Amino acid sequence: MIRVLEPGPQTTVQDAGRAGHMRYGIPPSGPVDRPSFVLANRLVGNPDGAAALEFTLMGPRLRAEAPCSLAVTGADVPVTLNDAPAPAWTTLALATGDVVKIGAARTGVRGYVAFAGGVEVPPVLGSRATYLRGRLGGLRGRALARDDVLHLQPGPIPRRSVVPLPARPQWGGDIVLRVVLGPQADRFTDEGVAAFLGSAYEVLPQSDRMGARLNGPRIAHARGHDIISDGIALGAVQVLDRQSTGGYTKIATVCSFDIARVGQAKPGQRLRFTAVDVALAHRLLRESDAALTSVALQEIA
Amino acid sequence: MRFLPAGDLAVSVELGEEISVEINTRVRALEFLIDQKGVPGVVETVPTYRALLVYYDPSIVGYEALCAQLSTLAEQATTTAMPPAREVELPCCYEGELGPDLDAAARRLELPVDELVRLHAGAEYLVYFIGFTPGLPYMTGAPERLTIPRLDTPRVKVPAGSVAIGGIQCCVYSVESPGGFWLLGRTPVRLYDPDAAEPILLKPGDRVRFRRVERREFDDVAARVAAGRFRPVIR
Repeated sequence: MIRVLEPGPQTTVQDAGRAGHMRYGIPPSGPVDRPSFVLANRLVGNPDGAAALEFTLMGPRLRAEAPCSLAVTGADVPVTLNDAPAPAWTTLALATGDVVKIGAARTGVRGYVAFAGGVEVPPVLGSRATYLRGRLGGLRGRALARDDVLHLQPGPIPRRSVVPLPARPQWGGDIVLRVVLGPQADRFTDEGVAAFLGSAYEVLPQSDRMGARLNGPRIAHARGHDIISDGIALGAVQVLDRQSTGGYTKIATVCSFDIARVGQAKPGQRLRFTAVDVALAHRLLRESDAALTSVALQEIA
Repeated sequence: MRFLPAGDLAVSVELGEEISVEINTRVRALEFLIDQKGVPGVVETVPTYRALLVYYDPSIVGYEALCAQLSTLAEQATTTAMPPAREVELPCCYEGELGPDLDAAARRLELPVDELVRLHAGAEYLVYFIGFTPGLPYMTGAPERLTIPRLDTPRVKVPAGSVAIGGIQCCVYSVESPGGFWLLGRTPVRLYDPDAAEPILLKPGDRVRFRRVERREFDDVAARVAAGRFRPVIR
């Protein structure tokens, strides 16, 4: 059992996500940075998709009400255990009364706290992931609040281990995102597509789990920028320059394996886009999945 | 028919260029066929007016092979019989604060208020798809006489349950959200209830009718909805 002493600005329960309900307007939710979420779970001996916490910009302060193990990954944050510095990307064993404090992100935006066994909240529509706008799932559909109590599912005590440095992602600096052009790339002029692929776009502060807002050189449309509203895939890059009356044209879609980098980009950071075709995107996806699968945790003596 | 890649995990199957019952019926028929036949690798589908967004697992099916299969199914979708549509009746109160744009919409359409309400409540609406917010139906079906440009300035907050028109469309806001449609009335029925076993009321393909109710009945139904003792009429 875990008591929330300070929740942080937006900390939610997330699992691998809620499949099959997009046709009813319910998004999958789940972690923005899946690799970091998966590695947090592995550090505490959980299946990859077990329910864990996702925090935003600043982590929570938590007290163990019973012995447990946890791990912090994702954004680069300071971690303390009973006020002494403690490592992230490492299994931490807590005794009753121990307090873990996770500070402000130095680089990256979203971090993860996984607990051995996983967070126990009732599944809603087959998932424990929180959908904040829809007040669905997770802890009664909301972000954590002070004095919340998190119950954990029983699980074996994990071996203490650490994610080796080369396997930890880096979040600072300029970011290059692989995109597949389309579905509406044909709505833009060649110059518009060239501007999109040739320019840097700055992440604006009005960014959240639903989308990152970017600012940069104008991208010229060949035809109108309103289309008949259609489905919006994860990673869609919408181009807008005023209030639209229909759907927004989507010049490109960020590849799934680069979504984490969008979600970890801080306001002020610059993004660039590089186009890949679908076949190359699939090869890069296989490589990305293989890289995550092959991460070998180092056991701590 | 056009196949447009939407990243590495989805493809948009566009079956037309306009908002029409025929094209949308084909979109829903394609989705129905995919569900029925179980296309290997298809993970999830999202219908909209004239396109079906198909999410797939590229470790199971490649892009070209998937498009070929979807193409075959889309051909069949023109003649596929789907299960009969459900008819859903939503009580709607077209009065006072519940329909804040009613008078202005009537002036804009040069119709008496009562005639606007009669026309709106007398029509049957087709749910093309659900989206924007959980459970929000995109519908058409109002008489042409009720076609109206959207509000010049969208509202930042529209109450859940608001029944609204814009362009040729009609919608019911399912949660409090921004919105640019004219608010004619409100239904006490929840189109989205995160605490219910089935949070979403309407499905693509449903037929919706609004039953005009007075404020007293609206309040009564709202109280029963809050107590979990109201089920809308579904045939």
